[in-house]
Amino acid sequence: MPRLSVWFVRTALAYLAVGFLVGAVLLINRDVSLGAPVTRLLPIHIESLLMGWMVQLSFGVAFWILPRFRSGPERGREGVAWLSYGLLNLGVMASAFGPMLGLPPPVPLLGHTAQALAAGAFALHAWPRIKMFGTGR
Amino acid sequence: MPTLTRWFIKSAMLSLLAAFLLAVAMHSSLADRMPWLRAVWPTYLHLLVVGWLTQLIFGVAFWLFPKHPGASVRGSERLGWTSFVLLNLGLLLRLWSEPRALLGGDAAGLLVISAVAQLLAGWAFVANTWPRIRAR
Repeated sequence: MPRLSVWFVRTALAYLAVGFLVGAVLLINRDVSLGAPVTRLLPIHIESLLMGWMVQLSFGVAFWILPRFRSGPERGREGVAWLSYGLLNLGVMASAFGPMLGLPPPVPLLGHTAQALAAGAFALHAWPRIKMFGTGR
Repeated sequence: MPTLTRWFIKSAMLSLLAAFLLAVAMHSSLADRMPWLRAVWPTYLHLLVVGWLTQLIFGVAFWLFPKHPGASVRGSERLGWTSFVLLNLGLLLRLWSEPRALLGGDAAGLLVISAVAQLLAGWAFVANTWPRIRAR
């Protein structure tokens, strides 16, 4: 597995662990009241599991298994994929923790913007790799 | 395909089917006679995202991720089965008790057990998968 995929997948696993922990706290709060501030954890639960876990895992596995190139760098523009990794995680952190920490609204907005840029960067990287095996360069 | 993966994927498909059937019931006239159907939106969502998507990922990852550096190719089978059993136990308990709690009833601690079971299932998967994620 290439190094970037290791980073993507391990970070995804870390978010899975965090997301399930927060989810457990939220679910327990439905049965046994743990106090009102617990509900402020909801963005962390959602962002960790949807973006931090699922989207990140799919990026990591895609970077690993999509068809490679026969000439030049075998996985194409790796730098753009690394940029995607950085932006995605910056975005998840800002949009997950911003609301709970009471940070001003531009922070979650910047977080979601970073996530959109991450998706764009990853698409830019992966687009030429979406091809028949053995065809193209 | 390993036995555990087959169980994960078949359970994932049953969760997907259950979620879709629940959605049909939520939007049908049944909901007029069974008010708990109006309270199952979070349960429906988790059947899809945990029962279907996450469980499918767990099964395929156990099967296809790089081999474990130790003697056992896929890490600890016991940890894998623990994850499978706890995840599905947690989901079933949630399916049973969450609508009741959302309607103001007493979930009798079942949601707590469900939460702990799902949490341990997720952590067991992480613990078993982490050593398999290595650079070549």
